[in-house]
Amino acid sequence: MLTLLGVAAVVVGFAVRLNPLLVVVIAAFVTGLAAGMTPVAVLEAFGKAFNESRLITVAYLVLPMVGVVERAGIQEQAKKLMLRLRGVSVGPLLIAYLLFRQGTSALGLTSIAGQTQSIRPIVAPMAEGAVESHGGTLDDAERQRVKAMAAATDNVGLFFGEDIFVAIGSILLMVGFLATAGITLDPIHLSLWAIPTAIVAFLLHAARLLLFDRARRRGAAA
Amino acid sequence: MIRIGAVYVLAGLVFAAFAVLSAVDRNNSKRFGNAVFWGLVATSFLAGDLLGDLGNGVLVLGLALIAGFGLLGRGQPATTSPEERQALAERFGGKLFVPALVLPVVVIFGVLVLKPIELAGAPLLDPKQATLISLALAAVVATATGLILLRQPLMSPLQEGRRLMDTVGWAALLPQMLAALGAVFALAGVGDLIGRLVTSHIPMDARLTAVAVYCLGMAGFTVIMGNAFAAFPVMTAGIGLPILIRGFGGDPAVVASIGMLSGFCGTLMTPLAANFNLVPAALLELPDRYAVIKAQIPTALPLLVANVVLMYVLAF
Repeated sequence: MLTLLGVAAVVVGFAVRLNPLLVVVIAAFVTGLAAGMTPVAVLEAFGKAFNESRLITVAYLVLPMVGVVERAGIQEQAKKLMLRLRGVSVGPLLIAYLLFRQGTSALGLTSIAGQTQSIRPIVAPMAEGAVESHGGTLDDAERQRVKAMAAATDNVGLFFGEDIFVAIGSILLMVGFLATAGITLDPIHLSLWAIPTAIVAFLLHAARLLLFDRARRRGAAA
Repeated sequence: MIRIGAVYVLAGLVFAAFAVLSAVDRNNSKRFGNAVFWGLVATSFLAGDLLGDLGNGVLVLGLALIAGFGLLGRGQPATTSPEERQALAERFGGKLFVPALVLPVVVIFGVLVLKPIELAGAPLLDPKQATLISLALAAVVATATGLILLRQPLMSPLQEGRRLMDTVGWAALLPQMLAALGAVFALAGVGDLIGRLVTSHIPMDARLTAVAVYCLGMAGFTVIMGNAFAAFPVMTAGIGLPILIRGFGGDPAVVASIGMLSGFCGTLMTPLAANFNLVPAALLELPDRYAVIKAQIPTALPLLVANVVLMYVLAF
């Protein structure tokens, strides 16, 4: 039972908003020590796993490109584009992005868009522009809500699209796990059964985006 | 064959440049904190395999202490003003989107064209890491495109990259740290323990109850562990396999697939899935660290309920 103290450390640490990097290290020590490991053994295990997970941090290699286009005014241009496309308000704009993200993820193309290379430089400014072109005013709280919704839309599209692609990690994990239990499955069946949830996810999030849009316009009218 | 090691060298050099540029940035009062922090990341990429497990552990400890004691600031590289950006946007127009489009095009080119190429019997790209290698290649090509097409200064990729990197700050390393924590959790058997707790305390004689416990358990466990991949083996070994598949005769493909997607609903709701939830908040400069999670919960919760219904209807 003591092993669960590490989980508790994570929950408490995040709740009181301690620096998360520190929380993670503390949780690792609490867990390891409770499981009877020595402090050095914990540090070694943690360091080894950190080194083996460097893949994750490689994604920031796209930042220099994003920085260059931002320096040359891409956010301003994205906003201006929406002022010109007066017919498109924030709801349909983000629904179109959701469809694009979910569709390309379902084809296995998860790396062609994302928070760093799409949402920050292009989609979030477009969403802001779309609200403004429909008479909405953006105070800080409102701007934050619009940006957060753009980021959320990317995640929903990615998560509930990628599992339709056969060769994605989660599908391979499921096939491998079930195989150890003596159940042989063709990965394609797992992909196909991801489609009903994908459709519901699209409909739910799209409906929310339309309501979000309407709320922005009601704010504009008031 | 191009392996992931080449990508690590590239990343190491970029982070090393961030470190050096941070050290000489007099506008940042915490410039040495930033220099050491990004310098440690660069060391990890360039020499991580030579440091040994303990060396890497000490490196991680250093990162956590710099972040935890607030020694990281935000660099202020010289950049264009909002007015200049308006004028540049006017001048370049649609051209501005070209580098951002080059990126996905090169990724697709890498995966579809370069990946199948073989040279002297060996594949050109390490097949296991082809997408990531393509992404690194695409980042270089897209940056070069931006530099030339938009006539930006030669140092701008590194300076602007550093500006964005400092915007993300310590949150940039959180996903990798959490992955390492997951490994420690696995060593200590945390997952199995939680799985046993769930399965031994909740009666699951009714099919609907069992489906609901499995789906909600996948989501809840993912919230705690930050990763549906960690939750899946535990919950499926505890409930999915013995009760839903063997006990009630559920279709394993439906149970597993919708179970995993229930876990993804949990991913939308947890700060521990930092790369999806906290990094974007930092990247978009949102004052509320949890703003993206708050935007996702109203989609995640009804979708979780929908998953319970879908599994109940489709699996049996």
